[in-house]
Amino acid sequence: MGWFKRLREGIQTSTRNKMEAPDGLWYKCKSCKETTRTKEMKEQFWVCPHCDYHVRIGSGAYFEIFFDAEPTYLFEELQSKDFLKFTDLKGYDERLEAAQKKTNLTDAISVAHGKVNKRDLVICAMDFSFIGGSMGSVMGERISRAIDYCIEQNVPLMVISKSGGARMMESAFSLMQMAKTSAKLTRLAKAKIPYFSFLTDPTTGGVTASFAMLGDMNFSEPGALIGFAGPRVIKETIKRDLPEGFQTSEFLLDHGFLDFIVHRRDLKERMSDILFMFDKASQAEEAA
Amino acid sequence: MIFLEFEKPLEELYDQLARIQEIGSKGDVDVSATVDSLEKKIKQTRRDIYSSLNGWQRVQVSRHPERPYTQYYIENMCRKFVELHGDRAYGDDKAIIGGLGTLDGQTVMLIGHQKGINTKMRQYRNFGMANPEGYRKALRLMKTAERFDIPVVCLIDTPGAYPGIEAEERGQAEAIARNLFEMAQLKVPIICIVIGEGASGGALGIGIGDRVLMLENTWYSVISPESCSSILWRSWEHKEKAAEALQLTANHMLEFGIVDGIIKEPGGAAHLQPEEMAKQLKRRIKKELAEIKEMDVDTMIDARIEKFAAIGEFQEA
Ligand SMILES: [Zn+2]
Repeated sequence: MGWFKRLREGIQTSTRNKMEAPDGLWYKCKSCKETTRTKEMKEQFWVCPHCDYHVRIGSGAYFEIFFDAEPTYLFEELQSKDFLKFTDLKGYDERLEAAQKKTNLTDAISVAHGKVNKRDLVICAMDFSFIGGSMGSVMGERISRAIDYCIEQNVPLMVISKSGGARMMESAFSLMQMAKTSAKLTRLAKAKIPYFSFLTDPTTGGVTASFAMLGDMNFSEPGALIGFAGPRVIKETIKRDLPEGFQTSEFLLDHGFLDFIVHRRDLKERMSDILFMFDKASQAEEAA
Repeated sequence: MIFLEFEKPLEELYDQLARIQEIGSKGDVDVSATVDSLEKKIKQTRRDIYSSLNGWQRVQVSRHPERPYTQYYIENMCRKFVELHGDRAYGDDKAIIGGLGTLDGQTVMLIGHQKGINTKMRQYRNFGMANPEGYRKALRLMKTAERFDIPVVCLIDTPGAYPGIEAEERGQAEAIARNLFEMAQLKVPIICIVIGEGASGGALGIGIGDRVLMLENTWYSVISPESCSSILWRSWEHKEKAAEALQLTANHMLEFGIVDGIIKEPGGAAHLQPEEMAKQLKRRIKKELAEIKEMDVDTMIDARIEKFAAIGEFQEA
């Protein structure tokens, strides 16, 4: 596993947001409370060696996991703006500025074109640390342009979702990004370009109820929270406790909404196999 | 009569009118002049109130208990109507109804959220909050319409898709997502009209069309003002502020280019002259359908996709 070794040796360098986990020498697992050396956690792709808990990671970390080398970033020039002058306890413009400073990202989704075991793939990956991975106009536009780009270049598309849902500070505009992205996906389907939806912890709200559920394949990591309504909202509505394991990736697999669940360490190989199966040229080569 | 909190001045005038009419009915004094002037005053006061409603007030009008719902419009617009039930997979959702109807001889597939008209019916209709089978029934009817070249009319009026355990088990998110995807490329004209509440994905799930219109006193938003208040202000108290911040009225939506038009509510609000409202709704649907039918199918679908693809505000640094 050459790519595993490269990761371990830290050959790939990127200033982007790689881990949504605190730095420090030791990492205490949220799930089993065991501690592990941060260095070891990094080597294990932020999966707890004691209990297999998959720690939330950011777009940069996923790019590192999937891509052979540093990818080309796309549509970074698109920036959110506070066009409604939306102010709750804080102004939206302040929230945007703070999020950009904190994460070093331009918005809650990053788009990159790279190679997965030498096969092209465009990945749109979200960061929960950027206003809860919320979907605003920029997210919709980046996905929309990524779809156009994939059609033009004949490259498969993967969206890695990690989002609390719509960005309320963009009101109906954020709602309409569901319509926009879903409508654009019809064109990708018509062009017969595969679309993979990778739902990670957590994926809820308008993101789930649009492009995240529309993959030619939908898949997830173990133990991810995936749902339409958030668990708190459901609990308040029905006024009773939620069953064990409700809205986990295993629950969704069981109810028929995911194609498979894949361990983080197997992500790249799994994706690589799938890309091969959709790539007629590679198949012909191997058959020859 | 039911009065909303900002209708206080109206309520007082109606009280006065009732008292005067009672005196008149005893026959000792001629009250007709006073009655006339009070009735004029009522008209004027109503016009004044309804011409300057703020966001939260419009939300209240959209939820007025006497406001006409989908079924009322269908009954008043269509000479013939056959309701069609079920999603052919799980069940029949009572919060979304649909069927074939005729608009002056023209067959259309009508689909809409349905709220209950009394306490018992409100329960039965789940307050207009659909489960996945509601969205799947809607899609099934649209596909039937597509096969027979029948245009689709969707009437939107929901406080949101139902957030329950079973809804999640049966894939609320997938059901809505599928509708967005399929409606975007449906090969027949689709007209969507917000007739009451347009809350979030639950509204959008039957909201992709060649024309999206709103009645004057309706709203369209990613979240209800109450929920927005509870999340962003961390209390339910700030719903008025949230309604203003969300800029959710029909006028806002038209200005933003999110909807294509507004249908005036006769007399200031749909519940005041519901029959007239239904007439105007029907007239508008027929007009829009005639326009869309001029296009060939591919052009129509392209225009529909482009319309939604164009929605978004950002800067290019
Ligand atoms: Zn652990």
